[in-house]
Formats: sequence, structure tokens, C-alpha cells
Amino acid sequence: MSQFAINLLFVGASFALYIGIAIWARAGSTKDFYVAGGGVHPITNGMATAADWMSAASFISMAGLLASGGYANSTFLMGWTGGFVILAMLLAPYLRKFGKFTVPDFIGDRFYSNTARFVAIVCLIIASVTYVIGQMTGAGVAFSRFLEVSNTWGIWLAALIVFLYAVFGGMKGITYTQVAQYIVLIVAYTIPAVFIAFQLTGNPIPMFGMFSTHTESGVPLLQKLDDVVSALGFQDYTADVDNKLNMVLFTLSLMVGTAGLPHVIIRFFTVPKVSDARWSAGWALVFIALLYLTAPAVGSMARLNLMTTVYPEMAGQVENYEEAAQTPILYEDRPGWFRTWEDTGLITFNDLNNDGRIQFYNDAADYADRGWEGNELTVNNDILVLANPEIANLPGWVIGLIAAGGIAAALSTAAGLLLAISSAISHDLIKTMINPRISEKGEMLAARISMGGAILLATYLGLNPPGFAAQTVALAFGIAGASLFPALMMGIFSTRMNNVGAIAGMLSGLICTLLYIFTYLGWFFIPGTNTLANTPDNWIMGISPLSFGAVGAMINFIVAFAVSSVTARPPQEIRELVESVRYPKGAGVAIDH
Amino acid sequence: MADDKSNAAEYWKANVRLIFGCLVVWAFVSYGCAILFRPILAGIPVGGTDLGFWFAQQGSILTFIVLIFFYAWRMNKLDAKFGLGE
Repeated sequence: MSQFAINLLFVGASFALYIGIAIWARAGSTKDFYVAGGGVHPITNGMATAADWMSAASFISMAGLLASGGYANSTFLMGWTGGFVILAMLLAPYLRKFGKFTVPDFIGDRFYSNTARFVAIVCLIIASVTYVIGQMTGAGVAFSRFLEVSNTWGIWLAALIVFLYAVFGGMKGITYTQVAQYIVLIVAYTIPAVFIAFQLTGNPIPMFGMFSTHTESGVPLLQKLDDVVSALGFQDYTADVDNKLNMVLFTLSLMVGTAGLPHVIIRFFTVPKVSDARWSAGWALVFIALLYLTAPAVGSMARLNLMTTVYPEMAGQVENYEEAAQTPILYEDRPGWFRTWEDTGLITFNDLNNDGRIQFYNDAADYADRGWEGNELTVNNDILVLANPEIANLPGWVIGLIAAGGIAAALSTAAGLLLAISSAISHDLIKTMINPRISEKGEMLAARISMGGAILLATYLGLNPPGFAAQTVALAFGIAGASLFPALMMGIFSTRMNNVGAIAGMLSGLICTLLYIFTYLGWFFIPGTNTLANTPDNWIMGISPLSFGAVGAMINFIVAFAVSSVTARPPQEIRELVESVRYPKGAGVAIDH
Repeated sequence: MADDKSNAAEYWKANVRLIFGCLVVWAFVSYGCAILFRPILAGIPVGGTDLGFWFAQQGSILTFIVLIFFYAWRMNKLDAKFGLGE
């Protein structure tokens, strides 16, 4: 069977599974559509949350980020998991007790203000739409590489599948397909990692293999990697960073952003009890950690494999790295996976010194004495996970599995985001603000139509990614962390916080964060319009625009408390509402209004 | 009614204390051991590198999992103790 046929079989079978689940789990009421009927088991919800959370970025890009950045990019590992700790303790149980369907529901009711509700809706839609673009383009890349269709067809195919199960199944369909998608993606991620760890270290468990001995040289794997990369002028893999303040703030921004992203929060509305919301957050992190503890191993091992593919003599070396660096492989001897990925343009070679060999090193280092005239190889970080099975010479079915896994990661996150967007439109905007008299059937129809509209918008943006597609992480996490997270937290932990304070806080957090991002990344992300060059010298106190979400959140808290303390106390019934969300008793009888 | 209120207030205080304790550990392993104190921990070798690197790439994630389950378990006890569970 050809590789194409195997890929088609795996991806086709996974799609049949998702659609089968969607037919079985059709949404019959708005409660089914928004919160899957509220009866999802905490472990099931944990697994669905893990798939909801782990996007194309986690599956495809993270190991590549770690491989290229080493220790410095640990921020992603800690930030994207540590957010679940604050979500589990500061938000999820109380929002579950509140017992409604959406994040703007809580903000609007708690701050007794449709202005606050509207600000929350706008923040939710901007954060979720920017986030969904990356999922559509990620699915497009996976489709075009493994199914040999054009990128455009890949994105349309992804949109069609999501449409089929999200529009009909709502949250109920999405929950159970996410469980299936989690299983597909975790199996696909783990199998090649186990083989590679075993090949390099003799230890089949990647997270342990990473810290054990590299079999071929007898040196610890990470030390080996440091030696190899530093011989080629790259920074040590495990090197410490100088700007600790920025590293702390970037990690904190990712954490508060994670806790404030609505598509993750609404997953905790689907469990039956408040205590289930707490357990469920723990299970979600267990399932996420299965991938996040493997990713650093994949990153370091893939980097070492890549270096020793180009410099085969370095693999068994213990000290003579300088000498081994003299004999990189001949271009004509490059392995098969190298050729496959060259076809996609994600690996490029340019023989600057015309010696027929591949000189791969840090361009900033001067190796003229070795007869090198510049780095000749560029490798896109995103291919490391996708090319893993080929690098390790694994059988064709593992490659098929990786294809299905990458697509599952993109689709599961896209579906969660689309549900958050559509419920903000049909429930918060239409049902609560515009037409409270709308019937249950009318609201369901509105939810399905807005879901369809959101899919079309996401598809359009995936096909024509705006110039700022690469900056969406800063935008989505900045908005969620600087506006939504503090408002939700103050709504629960302060009985004194009033409507004016919360609105002023959300707006100032949001505006300061956007101003800081736009100053360095371009106004409204239009290239060339940035006020200051995006370099560490220009950043205020060395804080990068990506790390500013945490500062925005602090501004939000300070402004909210200052404004709130000089304006009227919230009414008595609001203080009672806050007190009632603080303990679980009575959650079972929470009513849908 | 007054009793109910003071009971609920006690419960909330206990919850906030518990959260505070958990978040101290949360910050200590991630911002502390993995980032700020890494130079201090540099003398402790772990598999070809140092303890701070291990905390940054594995240790903090493992601690986060333990923290959430610990919190959920303690809160269930508090729910029962104050009679405020479901």
C-alpha cells in the first residue's frame, strides 16, 4: 500500500469516527448545545479539555520551539500548564456554581451591566477569532502535506468536517469528538517519541530518556546536545537567559491568558457538580502533561538527530567536535525524509561555498577559517514533529497516524473556539441583549446559524491569513489575560467590586496591552507602521510585547480597585450573588434563565 | 441565618488560605526554581544539566498536577466539614 493510501485510510477512518459520534450525540436543547446537558463525567471532561486546549501549536509547533530555543522556551511549557492551576482554584468551581452558559453571562450579571457584558463579548470574539485562524492554517498544512491536496482544499475539508459535527452536535457533539481526538493525537504523538527515545538512549520513556545517557557516545544526552550545538556556534541548549524579568512576565502572561480563554472556561460548565469542576481541572492537566512532558524530549532529541544527520561524525564523538564539524554530509547523500520535506519548501539548501556539502551552523559565528561562507541550510521548526517518524525510520502507518493526530489537534481546538464564538453571539448578544423573548427553538437556530457564520469567517481568514497571523498568540493571550481573567477573578473574590470599576479595569487593561503590542508590532498589525523597532533595547524595562499581558492584568486590577473604591457599592442582591457562588451548596438546582 | 452566614464566611476564609498556600508552591517551583533561582541551583546536577532546567521542563508541570488534586481533595473535606457541599 502506498504512503498516500495509508494516510488517506487513517485520516478517513478518524473522520468517520468523529461524524459517527456527532450523529450519536446530537444536541436536542440549548442546554445540550451550550453545555452538553451539564452531565459530562469529570474524567471525560478532562480529556475533552485537553484536546480543546492542545491546538495545532501544541501538537506541531511546540517541540520545534523547544528544539530551537532550548531552555529559554520552557516558558511555553510552564505557561500553558500553570494556567490550569489558577483556573482550578480561582475561576472554574465558582463559575460552575454560577450555573449559566457563557463567560459574558457571568460578567454581565455579576457587574449588573450590559456594557460590561458587551465588552466581554467583544474581547471573547477577538481572542477566539484570532486563535481560530492558526487552527485552520495548521489543518491546511497537515492536509496538504499528507493528503497531497492543495492548501485551499485542505482548509475547506477541515471546515466541512467541523461544520458537520459542531453545528449539529453543539457542545455535546464537540465533547465526545474531542475525547476521540485526544486519543488519536496522544497516540500519534507518543509512538514516534518512544521509538526515538529508545534509539538514542535505550530508555523507551521519552521524559526519562531526555535526562539519561546518549548510547552512541556514552555522554548524557543534554550535555551531548550542548557540545554539538556549541561546536557550530549556536547557543548552548541548556543556557540560562539574561533577561529574567521578561521570562517571568512572559510565563505569567501565558498562565493568566490560559486561565482567561473562554473556550477553555466553558468546558467546566459541562460537569454535573462544583467538586467535579475541581477534579476535572486536575484530570485535564494530567492528559495535557502526557504530551507536554514528552514535547521537551521530542524537541531535544529531534534537534540532536537533525545535527547528527548533517554531521554524522559528531554522533559518536566525545571531544573532537571541531574536527567532526569539518565533514558534514554531501548534499547528494541526504536521507529520504530530507528530500520529501525539501519538496514542501520547509527545508531549503543553498550551497554557498560550492563544496557539495551541507554547512549548517549559526550565521552569527564566523567560521571563515573552516572555509565556510555562510549557513547553507534552513529548517522550518514546524516539521520536526511531523518528520519524526521518517527521521526514526518508522513504518508507514506511524506517518498516517501523525497525519490524523495533527488534524485532530487542529480540529478539536477549532471546534471549541467556534462554540465559544457562537454562544457569545446567540446567547449573550441575541438572547440576553437584543431579544429576550426568543424561543428555545429560535435560540438553537440562531446558535447554529452563528456557528455556521463563524466557520465561514474562520475559513476565509485561514485562506487569506492577515499579515498578523504570526502575532495572534500575543493578541489572544494578551486580551484574555489583561481583560477577561482579572474581571472574572474580581467578580468572585471581591464583594465590593462594582460595575464602573470592572468596566474601567477591563478597558484600561485591554487598551494598555493593545497600545504596547501595536507600538512594537505595528498599528493594527499593519507591517511597517510600528512606532518603535521591535528590539529588546526599545522595550520598556526589557519587557517584550508578548510578555505584556501580565502587566495589562495588573493595570486592570489597580484601575478597577481604584475606581470602585470611589464609586457606589454594588447592590445587596449582587453581594448575595457573589456569596452564593463561593460555596457549592445548591449548585444542583441552578436554573437556566 | 446569622449562623449560616458566619459559617459560609469561615468556609471562604479557609478556602482563601488554602489557595494562598497552593499558589505559593505554584510560584516557587515555576518562577522560583525554574527561572529566578536557577543560578543558585546550578550546582545540583540532573542528567547532563542542572536542577533548574529540570524544573523548567518537567518538575513544575508535575508539581502543578499534584497541586490541583491536593486542592480538590482538601476542598471536598472543607465542603463536608462546613456542610456546604452539594
